Amino acid sequence: MIKIENLRKRFGWLDALINVSMEIESGSITYLVGPNASGKTTLIKSILGLVKPTNGAIFLDGERLNGNFTYREKIGYMPQIASFPENLTVEEIVNMIKNLRENTKTYDYELIDKFNLQKEFKKRLKNLSGGTRQKVNACIAFLFNPQLLILDEPTAGLDPVSSSLLKDKIIKEHNNGKTIIFTSHILSELEELAEQVVFLLEGQIRFNGTINKLINSTEKQNLERAIASIMTGN
Amino acid sequence: MKILFKIILYQIHDISRSRWILFYTVFYLILTYGLIQFSNDQSKIILSLLNVALMIIPLVSIIFGTVYLYNNKDYIILILSQPIKRNILYLGLYLGLVIPLVLSFFIGTLIPLVFLSRDILFQIPLLFLFITGLFQTSIFVSVSFLIATWNDNKILGLGLSIFAWLLFSVLYDGLLLLMINVFQNYPLEKALIGFSILNPVDLARILVTLKLDVAALMGYTGAVFQKFFNTNLGTGISIFSLTAWTIIPLIIGKAKFSRKDF
Repeated sequence: MIKIENLRKRFGWLDALINVSMEIESGSITYLVGPNASGKTTLIKSILGLVKPTNGAIFLDGERLNGNFTYREKIGYMPQIASFPENLTVEEIVNMIKNLRENTKTYDYELIDKFNLQKEFKKRLKNLSGGTRQKVNACIAFLFNPQLLILDEPTAGLDPVSSSLLKDKIIKEHNNGKTIIFTSHILSELEELAEQVVFLLEGQIRFNGTINKLINSTEKQNLERAIASIMTGN
Repeated sequence: MKILFKIILYQIHDISRSRWILFYTVFYLILTYGLIQFSNDQSKIILSLLNVALMIIPLVSIIFGTVYLYNNKDYIILILSQPIKRNILYLGLYLGLVIPLVLSFFIGTLIPLVFLSRDILFQIPLLFLFITGLFQTSIFVSVSFLIATWNDNKILGLGLSIFAWLLFSVLYDGLLLLMINVFQNYPLEKALIGFSILNPVDLARILVTLKLDVAALMGYTGAVFQKFFNTNLGTGISIFSLTAWTIIPLIIGKAKFSRKDF
């Protein structure tokens, strides 16, 4: 579904991504891991067209991304920080995004029901807690039945109950054939969801393969230790 | 086009609930009411409104615009991750801010006039005062968007905005006077016309004062402008320049916005 070729991004003097090449197949679930400032969010934002690559190309379903915007109809994105116009209510923001994505006709309200978000619908966004905003954020990403879900630190800021509800939803959508990319810097947290692991360090891909391959190749018991052994080089 | 219209509507909806826009409207209500109570001379009322508007509109527009763009960065990211063109969003944010600001100036000044001084409504200078308000808001929001798109540092952006306001509203005329003083042995009139076109606040002042016949009282550049152009040509030139002042920063800002990394 996604093909990235020699992607490079510089911010001033800083290389955020260096020659990143990878492919993500349709229907796969990819766990993008790496320490802080390793380029995870930059990579995600390049796919969304929010960051313009310095070099290289990204293809989505064979279409090269080059300032076009219609391809984003296929994507549901849950950013790391959720921020909305302060004076709008939850209901208004949901309706607004629906209104802006008028080509989608079938909506997925499952997450809104599970989070019991209807009771917050009349509240203004500035009066909501960080966790509730994050829930709104998640609901908007899933609302349009997108083929590709990009979730940047999806469980950060959520309580354990909501976090497991969200994980269940991710697994369900994966079983429905959706392509999913998600990130986290807390390795153990989302290990259960991962199939493919892409490990980024200082803007470069250090490992790309299945989770079993990673654990076998490093001879460690779990993902966290396997990644740690790559980072320390033994 | 449909998407642009929707974005504008949501922006207006959001801003109209903000407390600041309410203060801004109430400010003009009180100001106009006060001026009507103090004076019976209609051209004096318009002139005083003009003087206050020429200080306040640029200040409020440029600060509000800069802060608005910085504070809504995550919201902009949310919208940009939807299938929406960047140019459309930029224009939507711009018009969605200009329209409520202009409306609040119009409503704030018109309500006291309608109730207390109805015959002033048919004066041509009043029409030009409103045109000035429209241009000042469009220009300074456009400049503020350019500043906030150009650099990501909020403190620097706000500093630049305040400096731009200070430059156009206060320093510019002072610098011109200094220049006139230093080069007083040379014919400077034509150069001065050029310099006043470079300042949107001066241009707006000229636009109204040409209609009021008090140009000489309104700073040196106004006087020169009236001396060199007849009223119609002067009006035409200043409206043209004000339009350029709105559109040029908007186009540069839009181009920056399209290439920006979020």
